Amino acid sequence: MNTTFSLGTMQLKNRVLVASGTFGYGNEAAPYTDLTGLGGIVTKSVSLLPRQGNPPSRIAETPAGMLNSIGLANVGIDAFIQEKLSFLREIKTSIIVNIAASTIEEYIEVLERLEDEGGIEAYEINVSCPNVNEGGLNFGTRCDMTENITRELRRRTKRTLIIKLTPNVTHIADFARACEAEGADAVSLINTLVGMAVNIATRRPVLSTITGGLSGPAIKPVALAKVFEVYKAVTIPIIGIGGITTWQDAIEFLLVGSSAIQVGTASFRDPDTGVRIARGMEDYCLAQGISDIQELVGGLRIDAGVAAPGFVKA
Amino acid sequence: MSVINTDFEITANELIAEETYVLRFRSPELAQQLLPGQFLNILTSTHIDPLLRRPYSISDIDGDECEIMFSLLGKGTHALARKRPGDTIGVLGPLGNTFGYEASFGTAIIVAGGIGVAPFPYLSRVFREHEIPHITFLGTRSAARAVTRGLSNVHLATDDGSAGFHGNVIAALTDYLDTHTIDNPRIFACGPNAMLMATQQFAHEQGIPCELSLESEMACGIGICQGCPIEHRQRERKYALVCTEGPCFDSQDIVFHEHHHA
Repeated sequence: MNTTFSLGTMQLKNRVLVASGTFGYGNEAAPYTDLTGLGGIVTKSVSLLPRQGNPPSRIAETPAGMLNSIGLANVGIDAFIQEKLSFLREIKTSIIVNIAASTIEEYIEVLERLEDEGGIEAYEINVSCPNVNEGGLNFGTRCDMTENITRELRRRTKRTLIIKLTPNVTHIADFARACEAEGADAVSLINTLVGMAVNIATRRPVLSTITGGLSGPAIKPVALAKVFEVYKAVTIPIIGIGGITTWQDAIEFLLVGSSAIQVGTASFRDPDTGVRIARGMEDYCLAQGISDIQELVGGLRIDAGVAAPGFVKA
Repeated sequence: MSVINTDFEITANELIAEETYVLRFRSPELAQQLLPGQFLNILTSTHIDPLLRRPYSISDIDGDECEIMFSLLGKGTHALARKRPGDTIGVLGPLGNTFGYEASFGTAIIVAGGIGVAPFPYLSRVFREHEIPHITFLGTRSAARAVTRGLSNVHLATDDGSAGFHGNVIAALTDYLDTHTIDNPRIFACGPNAMLMATQQFAHEQGIPCELSLESEMACGIGICQGCPIEHRQRERKYALVCTEGPCFDSQDIVFHEHHHA
């Protein structure tokens, strides 16, 4: 059966990607999984300058999920190109570089540096990190800023451009529409939800930054609803993210409108999760006699006259 | 070296002191590879709760069997305590670096606090095998919580005075050194951060080389999540990762902060 999928100029071998920040730069997980079994690898966010990240504690487990406040710790664009890219290029899977920045000029500079490098098929633009003071979520929660970034980056690349959206807004569909209007090839959602945890013994927040980003199975129902909302608003492909741990989860995301999915927190539990999900999806399609998995995308069956409440029309 | 990410059947899970267990599983491959100071990232659930693995020091190797030691603390350790022989756990490893037991020194001073004793039966075994002189200072809340199996030349210190020295482990060590001389010592320490901070200060004042085995929250254990930073004097970007650059560090390189008291 056909598992391939075109997204902009990128040809994915299957619809399972590993999410930014949950798979490093590929090399760390290589001993534990067959990287070629993935549709693609989305790198840890790369910023113009290296970032040391937030002080500990940066993570806390919560019921069926985890909070993180890493603060985009990363090597910076120079070291990424010099030290990390050569390994990624050799892997027979699609490489999507996630870019984080504090200003539009910085997004542009990082992207232009990467344009000179081979072996990169797509960019995912992080406008939605909740754990840094400057930039990050400030872009992703303002529709005009999301629009500007998309426009400026679209003008500068023919590679596949994906904008990663935050759920920490009132109407995520408005942001997806802005991305579509400015020429994004796809949107990926959701990034983490702002959350916190408290240690009652010390009466202190668990995380050094007080709040962090919630991920894992706990957020899957929220993510499904957000994908469904966006699916009704745009025609560009959606990459579904949020608590996907099994192939069944992945199929749910396809049914509500995702064309592809990303595995995030589950890779911490088991670095082989993405590959297992890809295999599980294929087995499911074979068992169901589905020749092209595309038929599942948006295939949710809803009785006539039934509408989810609370969706605002454009 | 080959890394393992497999389910293993538990062969024993024994209560050995108050709220403290030793769990064993059989893995010739891991038993051959694991070195003192390294750790395993262990998954207790088949579904999503607890969601993440928990890091455990390798406590001892006995033939083909690997041992970990744990005290009841949170969801992960309670789940582990409920495991019975025949049940399985997911094991990822070997992970992390080793104690610097091959460094040049005369006598090793092991300083352990509470469940921080976990990595020392294996280190002590290696010391015994290589006839390296060593002395162990173990601090616990009370006699009932003291785990001395697998250790040698143990000096116990208890917070409540129920056995051994009445006071903390560094006070016990200081007291000992008042009346004894140790030739060319090197400290190997593992325990709560407050104890590690005291050990660091003691080693610095006494001019004794010292390494600390650190504990941290971890999600992945393999350097991906960036969730286990510790401030490190030799790192350009301020932090080292406990999972891949540790868990054993030269005491002089580590910077503790107020929150480490908690």
